[in-house]
Amino acid sequence: MEIAISIILGCCALGAGIAMIAGIGPGIGEGNAVAKACEAIGRQPESKGAVTTTMIMGCAIAETTGLYALVIAILLIFVAPNTMVGILLKAIQSL
Amino acid sequence: MDAASRRFRITDIFYIVMMILPLAFAVVLKILTNVPSEGISISGARIFFTIPMPIQDFPITESQVNSLMVLITIFFFCRFITHGISERVVLKRQHLAEWAVEKVDALVNENMGEYFKGYSPFIISILALSAFSSLLSLLGLFPPTSDINIVAGWAILVFILITYYKLKCGPMYYIKGFLEPVPILAPINFISEFATPVSMSFRHYGNVLSGTVVSTLVAAALGGLSTMLLGSLPGFLADIPLFQIGLPAVLSVYFDLFSGCLQAFIFAMLTMLNISGAFPAEEYERRRMIENAKNKKVNN
Repeated sequence: MEIAISIILGCCALGAGIAMIAGIGPGIGEGNAVAKACEAIGRQPESKGAVTTTMIMGCAIAETTGLYALVIAILLIFVAPNTMVGILLKAIQSL
Repeated sequence: MDAASRRFRITDIFYIVMMILPLAFAVVLKILTNVPSEGISISGARIFFTIPMPIQDFPITESQVNSLMVLITIFFFCRFITHGISERVVLKRQHLAEWAVEKVDALVNENMGEYFKGYSPFIISILALSAFSSLLSLLGLFPPTSDINIVAGWAILVFILITYYKLKCGPMYYIKGFLEPVPILAPINFISEFATPVSMSFRHYGNVLSGTVVSTLVAAALGGLSTMLLGSLPGFLADIPLFQIGLPAVLSVYFDLFSGCLQAFIFAMLTMLNISGAFPAEEYERRRMIENAKNKKVNN
């Protein structure tokens, strides 16, 4: 019983950690976007406002995949253990 | 002081009090219902009570109460800054009101075009509600934007508006939009239709919630570090939170102030772009021209 619960908790934490590998993608993408925006502002300083607004929008959209991973990780840490342990207890009681 | 100006002052004071009162009520409610806990605790919105309903129980949570309080505060704030407005500017707050209206009008005009001119009140209310909800965490309250239910509500509202504008040219044109490049891609188009509200709500809620989680974890880690290093000292020296000075405040400036306002701006921007992008302007214009030509023929 205790072993089963600790396996559930450990696997949830591991899964959350693996899910957050998705954070690499938005990191690289946003870095590229900001680098290009800096280049553009360096070339044309008068278009700073428009470039900044577009860059922030692009960053927000590039961030989405990372945030999906974050939501999954949060669900795995805060919601999944309770649900899983509940299912386990119900299964034991019905035996 | 004559009677009119006294009444003016009294109304002002009433608005200010009504601005502060909901926030004070939320703080008091938080203090009264707060359950002290050991160590770090990251919990969702507290459920105050549930109303039994036929299909599913309806819980009244902290986030609903807080967002209602933010609504009342924003309402009376707007009443306050537009109170005693006149053509020649007398009061300083009128500048603030005019600045906000002009900025949002320019933003909506730039991003949505002439047809959507009437959308600036909607956009500024989403912007203000989202920004002030995120800033609520400065008072130590639960920010309603870190609850997915609140943000998903706004995203569904935006989704309804998107669908409404897509249906402007008739249901047949709407269905044809799904079969756009090739009919085989219809399921993917269908999924991407529903991905818009999901990604909008997840983006806003994930950003605010991750800020809360990260700052709580950092504060707890720094607390642990100072007890580890200073814990062996005698007397009150052991309780000095040495490492908790500074860094959590910087994180709070980033996550609460900067990120909250940025996410509000991004949510409003995406609302504008999605709604104006959903409207098939050329097709609508073409149909209206045909209609006008027909009407002219009938009249002649």
